[in-house]
Amino acid sequence: MPILGADMVAGTLIAWRKQPGDRVARGDIIAEVETEKGLIDVEVFASGVLERIVVQPGATVPTGTVLALIREDGPAPAAMPAVAAPVVTAPVVPAAVEPARVEPAPGERKRVSPLARKVAARLGVDPDTVGGTGPGGTVTREDVERAAAERQAGPAPAVAPAPARPRMDVARMRQTIAAAMARSKREIPHYYLAHPIDLHRVLAWLAEENARRPVTDRLLYGVVLLKAVALALREVPELNAVWRGERAEPSAAVHVGVAISLRGGGLVAPALHDAERQPLGDLMRAFRDLVQRARSGGLRSSELSDPTITVTSLGEQGVERVFGIIYPPQVAIVGFGRIAERPWVVDGAVVPRPVVTASLSADHRVSDGHRGGLFLAAVERLLQSPERL
Amino acid sequence: MADDLRATIVRVLGDIAPEADLAALKPDVAFREQLDLDSMDVLNFVVGLHGALGVEIPESDYPKLATLDACVDYLQARRTS
Repeated sequence: MPILGADMVAGTLIAWRKQPGDRVARGDIIAEVETEKGLIDVEVFASGVLERIVVQPGATVPTGTVLALIREDGPAPAAMPAVAAPVVTAPVVPAAVEPARVEPAPGERKRVSPLARKVAARLGVDPDTVGGTGPGGTVTREDVERAAAERQAGPAPAVAPAPARPRMDVARMRQTIAAAMARSKREIPHYYLAHPIDLHRVLAWLAEENARRPVTDRLLYGVVLLKAVALALREVPELNAVWRGERAEPSAAVHVGVAISLRGGGLVAPALHDAERQPLGDLMRAFRDLVQRARSGGLRSSELSDPTITVTSLGEQGVERVFGIIYPPQVAIVGFGRIAERPWVVDGAVVPRPVVTASLSADHRVSDGHRGGLFLAAVERLLQSPERL
Repeated sequence: MADDLRATIVRVLGDIAPEADLAALKPDVAFREQLDLDSMDVLNFVVGLHGALGVEIPESDYPKLATLDACVDYLQARRTS
């Protein structure tokens, strides 16, 4: 069971995508697990043949538990290693009574959460036939699973069976975020820097660029910021690292975690892999895909485990300046506030300019303000030549 | 025609914000206020309208799509121009 976040302690195996005897290659999706971050596709990190499945669907097991054995390509070992039986965590049954199911009024559109649609497709359930218990009668993943279980069980028994696995909800995600942030504030000595940046060149270039591009290939301003951050990390690489044990391990690759708010509350910060090496068009496509999958379910395990720094932008909410909290084991988080027209001095004259405040929260065990300041200056410099990003 | 456009717009919005109560959508209030849309949602909305209606919407016109009523007016004008 992969560790997909600083405070993830367990996950529930939902389904296997491969069966014993199947060939698997590095990067293949082998299973789906449910965590407080939603339904996650688990990738394999070795190529070979799936030898044996150890954890069965429905089981909740601690992180680090062996889920399956893969016989890697190459000389065959004398014997596959022995694997202890997994410790299956008892399902957490919510204290709440079964929520009321709400049917839409005649003519009303049935509302179905993206995750529920995905699970419904997998379980062969028509979500439009399921009563919704979410806000305003929205069909949730739990509703779909309940419907699938009821269908399998036949007529409803006199006593409803206990849920097979814990309910994953926003409250649980909040608890997880709280645990990670409390740990961060407890263990990481943060320092904070802010740096105003003139965006007039970026915005003018972006308008011209998007006027040339078909609608499906247009760039968002946010992806330009992500690229600038990724490139600036080449100049101050100590900010692109993870803390292991008693020291920071710099990362050769720049995997930028992007904070994405989820509908209904909560957030995730999955990685855009190798962000500094991707042309803007490719990065935009990857970003768009990442947001879509973050909100509908279907993030990959590596996207949750690989970020080496996080970027969060709260400008659309009108925020002036972000004071971020580092997501362990990372050692820095970069924030962007809103774009505001500000007086700006150019060649001795005051002119109005669109300005954003970039901020850095960094781990003082790993870097100091001098290096952090150089990093923000590099972001500013890179944004003055957007055509070179 | 306006009703068809309205239905198409609502359907595209439903794909972007499936949990939103679109039956309660106020036609003269900004989508962003009612549906908590961000810039990625707006881009997907424009892409969705382009796919459904074949209308090319320049980025400079995004502010004209702020509400349901404004969206209908804009798209009607674009389709007849």
